Amino acid sequence: MSEFLQHLINMLVLGGTYALLGIGLTLIFGIMNVVNFTHGVLYTFGAYIMFIVVHQLGVNFFLALPLAVVAGWLLGAAIELILLRPLRGSDIDTTMLVMIGAWIAMQSGALWIWGGVAKSVTTPFPEAPLVLGPVSVSWLRLFVLAAAAMLIVVTYLLINRTKLGCAMRATFQDHDTASLMGVNVDMIYTSTFAIGSSLAAAAGALLGPVYVIFPQMGDLAAVKAFAIVILGGLGNITGAVIGGFILALAEELGAGYVSSGYRDAMGFLIIIAVLIFKPTGLFARSERVG
Amino acid sequence: MRTVVAILTVVAFASVPLWLRDPYLMNALITTGIFIIGAMSLNLLLGFTGQLSLGHIAFFGIGAYVSALTSLGFDAGLPFGFRIVHEPWPPIIGFVLAIVVAGLCGYLVGLLSFRVRGAYFVIVTISFAEVVRLVALNWVELTQGPLALTNIPSITIGMPGLGDLTLRTKLQNYYLVLAVAVIAYVLISRLVHSHFGRAMRGLMENETLAVSVGIDVTKTLTLAAVISAGIAGAAGSLYAHYIRIIDPEVFAFINTVTMVIMVITGGKGSLAGPVVGGMIFGLLPVFLRPVMAPEAQWIAYGGVLIVILFVLPRGIVPSLAQRFAKRRSRVEAVAPVAFVKRDAKEHA
Repeated sequence: MSEFLQHLINMLVLGGTYALLGIGLTLIFGIMNVVNFTHGVLYTFGAYIMFIVVHQLGVNFFLALPLAVVAGWLLGAAIELILLRPLRGSDIDTTMLVMIGAWIAMQSGALWIWGGVAKSVTTPFPEAPLVLGPVSVSWLRLFVLAAAAMLIVVTYLLINRTKLGCAMRATFQDHDTASLMGVNVDMIYTSTFAIGSSLAAAAGALLGPVYVIFPQMGDLAAVKAFAIVILGGLGNITGAVIGGFILALAEELGAGYVSSGYRDAMGFLIIIAVLIFKPTGLFARSERVG
Repeated sequence: MRTVVAILTVVAFASVPLWLRDPYLMNALITTGIFIIGAMSLNLLLGFTGQLSLGHIAFFGIGAYVSALTSLGFDAGLPFGFRIVHEPWPPIIGFVLAIVVAGLCGYLVGLLSFRVRGAYFVIVTISFAEVVRLVALNWVELTQGPLALTNIPSITIGMPGLGDLTLRTKLQNYYLVLAVAVIAYVLISRLVHSHFGRAMRGLMENETLAVSVGIDVTKTLTLAAVISAGIAGAAGSLYAHYIRIIDPEVFAFINTVTMVIMVITGGKGSLAGPVVGGMIFGLLPVFLRPVMAPEAQWIAYGGVLIVILFVLPRGIVPSLAQRFAKRRSRVEAVAPVAFVKRDAKEHA
């Protein structure tokens, strides 16, 4: 029983960051109809920004997180402006292949700049975990969970309570009509991509210190994000949050009770199973942003 | 015209070992050839049915593992205390089994994934490849996991009157790969020019219309997936028996991306496209190796993929063919005007 409780605690920590990854991708996929293969690179990028800011610039750990979010936002906006804006209106396969090209180039760039040796970030948290009866959880992981929860709430409010969010939802439903209503659709696309990218960077910056940082760390993260989006339904933020926690639970239980070697297979099996039995996602009551 | 070009190309490729003695380049040509076969099979799906399979390396890797395990033998435990023990068989049977098993996997994936199209199909195929990779990595008893399957025997062909011929040298393997590549090319060519090929392209152009004239979507797409996977499996088998060692890294996503880049650069939906793109991207590393670090090469590949999609979205071969056709039609179109005609003649 205590083992199961421990898995649940781990699931909460993982699920929070997975939800961030999933929200970012579901916004981009849902609003822009772009299969964003650079999502994993942004995740890696966020983690490296964390490393650089903490270790090479000597800035405070807690300040590094907002910096990673801003850096992710800028890189995302740049990708959108340079690669996606000229391709507006081309079919989904073309943008997907362009994103694959960008992913390969950027990941190799990370390998070139930072090398293949895994790096770890030292954190200001105490080594000793917080022990709650039968389970224990490290302070770092608690911080990760709290920060992820905060970012999820901020994103939710941004989408549902602000003018920008309203315009994003309108663009998701029908970009032509939104454009006729005076929404600057190009600007919405750039903002969407930038916001989604900054969330991926935030997830990387949060999970980077928990594990280690290396250039290919984003590959699995990207596929997991796809799994979450498919689970939750396209453009569905609540679905992405729940999907993130379901994936984390499946991974924890799979690693704990089946074999730790198959931990990462869970995401793929979920993708295949959902697409066979319920291709619209588990929570696709209404496919819309919000 | 087209046949003449094809025959000349095959003759040119067949003559390569006569003047090329460098073993490193021969090795590069053989692996390039194997990847070109894989790219041709990917092109059958991507170029002629419009379905982008980003898990194509799974069929290649399954072919490689099936062929290697058939010829090495194995003794693996199953759940509930069952065991399967297999004595080594000749590699040529492994080659056939590789095609069959990869084709079966293609059937399953095709059946599952054609329920979902576009982006979702892409994601299903990626997931399939990753699951297969994780199985290869973790089922150590069968696949040796990260320790790799080693000492895979070379392919032996029984020659009538000559006894058995074991294909060990680079020269022999070069001709083997060339032969399989030619067979695969002819097969795909016959296929896409058949009734079935027209059905595939009909589906790609306009599915609703195609269905309305009685084309069976699932049957057509599944069959295309089976043939494509089978050819990829054959390529994987060649790879296993040539390299003679395989590990789960064969399933790396980057290998699928290599094939995709070959097809997109050469021109999807063009029979010669994967060959041209494959030669470029197969041999580019050889020439870039002295001047660029591998990471820088990959940055360049990513960049090239993007540039090709922006500049030549249809790929090299179709763009050249179009330019060629345009020039010819321009000459014909202006021909009736007398002085232009004379002008054209002088140029000729």
